[in-house]
Amino acid sequence: MSFFLAAEAGGPTITAEGWFLENVYIIPLIMAISFATILFFGKRMPRGGSEVGIAAVGVCFLLALITAGQWIGQVNRADSCTINPEDQHVICDGIDVTEAEKAAAAGDPVSTFGDGEFAAGATGFTAFAAEEDGEKQHPGVKAAVSQRTWWSNGGIDFTVGTMVDGLTVTLLVVVTLISSLVHIYSTDYVAGDRRYTHFFAFLSLFTAAMLFFVTSENTLQMIVGWELVGVCSFALIGHWWEDQDNSDAALKAFLTNRVGDMGLLIGMIVLFFASGETWSIIGINEAAISGETSHTLLLIGSLCLIAAVMSKSGQFFLHTWLPDAMAGPTPVSALIHAATMVVAGIYLVARLYGVFFEGLSISGSSLNALALVGGLTTLVGASLAFVQDDIKKVLAYSTISQLGYMAMALGVGAWTAAIFHLFTHAFFKALLFLGAGSVSHAVHSFDMKKDMGGMRKFMPTTYKTFLIGSIALAGLPPLAGFWSKDEILVGTGGWGFFEGESHANGAYTVMLIMGMITAAMTAAYMTRVMYLTFFGEFRGGHHDDHVHDEDHAHDEAAEVDHAHAVAHHDDDSHDDHHGHHGEPHESGPRILWPLRILAFLAVVVGFLNLPKGFLGLPKSILQRFEHFVEPVGVSYFPGISHGDPSWSLAIVSTIVVSLAVGVAYRYYFVTVNRQSPAATEMVNGPTERFPLLKAGHTMLKNRYYLDHIYDGGEPVGAAGATAVATIFGAAAGLALGFSLDNGLDQDFVPSLIWGVVLGVTVFTIVSLALRTGVGVASFVKGRLAWAANWSHEHLIDGTVDTIGETSVKSANFVYRYIDQGVIDGTVNAAGAGSSGAGDELRRWSTGQVQQYATVMFAGATLLAGLLIIVI
Amino acid sequence: MNVAMSMLGAAVAQNIFFYVIALIMVAAALRVVTTNNIVHAALYLVVVLAGVAAQFILLGAEFVGVTQVLVYIGAVIVLFLFGIMLTRAKVGSEDRLNHDNVWPAIMTACLLAVVMAYATIDFARGEEIDILSGNSTTVEQVSDSIFSIYIVAFEAISVLLLAALIGAIVVARKE
Amino acid sequence: MYLVQFLLLSSILFCIGVYGVLARRNAVLVLMSIELILNSVNINLIAFGRFNGATIPAEVFSLFIIAVAAAEVGVGLALVLTIYRNRKSIDLHEVDLLKG
Repeated sequence: MSFFLAAEAGGPTITAEGWFLENVYIIPLIMAISFATILFFGKRMPRGGSEVGIAAVGVCFLLALITAGQWIGQVNRADSCTINPEDQHVICDGIDVTEAEKAAAAGDPVSTFGDGEFAAGATGFTAFAAEEDGEKQHPGVKAAVSQRTWWSNGGIDFTVGTMVDGLTVTLLVVVTLISSLVHIYSTDYVAGDRRYTHFFAFLSLFTAAMLFFVTSENTLQMIVGWELVGVCSFALIGHWWEDQDNSDAALKAFLTNRVGDMGLLIGMIVLFFASGETWSIIGINEAAISGETSHTLLLIGSLCLIAAVMSKSGQFFLHTWLPDAMAGPTPVSALIHAATMVVAGIYLVARLYGVFFEGLSISGSSLNALALVGGLTTLVGASLAFVQDDIKKVLAYSTISQLGYMAMALGVGAWTAAIFHLFTHAFFKALLFLGAGSVSHAVHSFDMKKDMGGMRKFMPTTYKTFLIGSIALAGLPPLAGFWSKDEILVGTGGWGFFEGESHANGAYTVMLIMGMITAAMTAAYMTRVMYLTFFGEFRGGHHDDHVHDEDHAHDEAAEVDHAHAVAHHDDDSHDDHHGHHGEPHESGPRILWPLRILAFLAVVVGFLNLPKGFLGLPKSILQRFEHFVEPVGVSYFPGISHGDPSWSLAIVSTIVVSLAVGVAYRYYFVTVNRQSPAATEMVNGPTERFPLLKAGHTMLKNRYYLDHIYDGGEPVGAAGATAVATIFGAAAGLALGFSLDNGLDQDFVPSLIWGVVLGVTVFTIVSLALRTGVGVASFVKGRLAWAANWSHEHLIDGTVDTIGETSVKSANFVYRYIDQGVIDGTVNAAGAGSSGAGDELRRWSTGQVQQYATVMFAGATLLAGLLIIVI
Repeated sequence: MNVAMSMLGAAVAQNIFFYVIALIMVAAALRVVTTNNIVHAALYLVVVLAGVAAQFILLGAEFVGVTQVLVYIGAVIVLFLFGIMLTRAKVGSEDRLNHDNVWPAIMTACLLAVVMAYATIDFARGEEIDILSGNSTTVEQVSDSIFSIYIVAFEAISVLLLAALIGAIVVARKE
Repeated sequence: MYLVQFLLLSSILFCIGVYGVLARRNAVLVLMSIELILNSVNINLIAFGRFNGATIPAEVFSLFIIAVAAAEVGVGLALVLTIYRNRKSIDLHEVDLLKG
């Protein structure tokens, strides 16, 4: 039995057609118009412009659904077609589609992508066909591309256009759906805010930018969209910019992203030249897959792009901006920092998958940078989520961890699993964020330990939906997270155990183990969040503005909470009906209905991609997502492998998750709760009794000292920071080393050494860039200042003392003769000279414009004359 | 033979016209910048502008020539006369119309003339313009291209005119 | 007819205009000199258009220049009027606020 069946790229195809597929630019355009309308006229509208945003995003959602419907129709059309085995032409309803498309392409040079050659080439098509288990052969479906030449220069066409395929429509639906729910939610959540209109304007712009990004036809457009979402993120994180911490967080997010954006720019330029000077996504992928491109260039390009992915999608070690970005309003966190913008990096990899697949040799048998970065990120994110007291920060780290999951899946070749996880994760993470927002709306705080607890009694609907979201995130069957997580685990190659089985990807078993550990940790920290927020005794109600000042020093959560409180300051009606001292209330319908809808989706979307052969169900309802989204058999997508679903894997992962839930449940719901219903941690718990655990806890509390490295931080963390920097540098080096080993087919050891050196260098550069960027002030205050001070006192002072005494004597001599005589004389002369010159020049400055004009004309004439003579 | 003769005659006539008009233009232009009477300066300017219009017609650009007459002689000169009136300049001759820096200005202008003449002659010596054979452009052709390929520039110009209108009103009105 | 005839005529008009701009102290006269400059440019344009066979673009753009010149005169005279209202004079010699 062959475990992995490879689909070959470049089989016979049909090109998707349809009015909405070809005119998809309308969707981002509507949102852009909505942005402009809200910005210019929003303040004068009865509802401050929010009605425009909601209407626009609602229309966009409908259009996205129609577009998705048309795409599904096109895939179904392909299913009804057959392939002529002799000339590999596609026959639909008795018409030779390949010929027709060739003819159309000849008459219309705009839409050619050399499909004729690829369709005619069609070597190795049999392997692709075999995947359908001996069914009739069907052609692949090419993306619907429509483009115009924007301008040409030096024989290169710079085009603008759209490209729609399964991946695009998935993102279109996700973005518009989450965005519309967030819009509705926000009308309640930010009601009464000072910059209510501004907020909705930027929600619209963000949605427009993201939609523009996902419909991009070429890499230049992707860069534009990428930067636009970054700008919107900046504007929305800093929405309450009056608070210094919020604007700092916005700046940090922006600067950290700039580091990655350098990678993006360089990577895109490298790919442009690597692929024979084209910006087209399809062209770049085709060039990468066809094998004509230099492998080294592809490797460099994909490594640069991984840097971009690391910053935008919060991958370790550029993830530090994402938790800070929680300073923004909660709906923004849900929309941008959970469901859409941060998946831009994942989308980038998925879109240019041919480049990554070939550049990193994903189909090979060794680790690669993408998988390793993703795997490390899942672990780092999940472990950090444990020690956060701020509910939004738990979710932020959880997002980081889940994004790592997706990157890891892409790194091991499980493309569809990654996209499916992106799809399901968007729903349940948006649900969790909006749920957290609903809770904080009631208690005016994000601090689980101080202001929450027992919320189940006050907010039953929020509780129920949040519970559903938690289960989905933890990955317990049959909710959405289970299916996508399980697919990723399958994608790592299953129980390979280092080349134990017949298939090649034994190395990815490391990823499987990482994924398992993360799944367990995810389940445990979500149990912790559930307990701290919804169970035990309500600890809030003491909230007033002093709390902020008292706790400012050691609790960042208070800052967020303060920001939120500020937002509601000028909203008296709100304060009346919540009251600062009364019991919290359930939120209003505009908050609860989005939660209900998302909870429903978090339950059901997992069924969209039931694994192959599941419970003997008919084929027409299994693997629907994969069937419609994965571009099989087209020339611009690599032939990826699919692991067979494994019952044992599913059962083991479920047991692991259940065990983790059980342990966490026992700790919080039984042990902690027995001490006191209001307790949040065990008195004299394991982290206090065991030094090793305590050290680990301290390290996690300090977020692996990464921020210390980037910001300077306090001298206390210096030793830890240095150690961690070394470890991280080495880890990054390992990743690079593996990729180089993989990519350049060098000897393992030399490439590893090179990798470590490179990794440390890269890490140092990145951290230095961040440090200089994020805060010159704190940099000076930090450890460098401390080190400088030490060396100043011990080394320099001693030397200076000795030199000083001898020099005083000679200095007296010098002063008397040289300084007073020579130098002062020179200085005085210079002063007198310039003063005289000034007096002289002052006469030229008559204020007579025509005199100036005369000089100007004369000068220009002289220059022109010079030019004529020289030429 | 006859045709060639008449062609030659036409060419000679054109050259005569050109030089006569050019001479008048240069003389009038010199008077514009030297006369001590502002109203006279404006009237000399009319002569120069009319000469420019004549040159346009000579070059086969009738529509531009007509526009030149309409816009410049019809509107701009009137505007200048209003400007002279509103600023209450003396209608008769005036002493101090010239600056102190007349000589630097003359030198600059002469230098410029030398450079430009050199460059022009160096570039265009012996290059002939075939005025006789080519038909002059019609209004239809001009309007077609304004409203098709140059539509953006046209729109920009109309916005500019509007801005100038508003700007002039804002600048010149009394507070 | 030679191209150089027109170019030289336009150069001479241009230089006379430049002299006027530099030497006249009455602001209205300066504006008139600017008109001379703009007209000389127009002659250049039309002559080159005829020479290169690109008559239509040349005419279109000289029309644009005429429009711009009209706008310029409007704004310029408005400025002159403002100066006059503030200083009771349009003598550019007295407008020397930039004096150092």
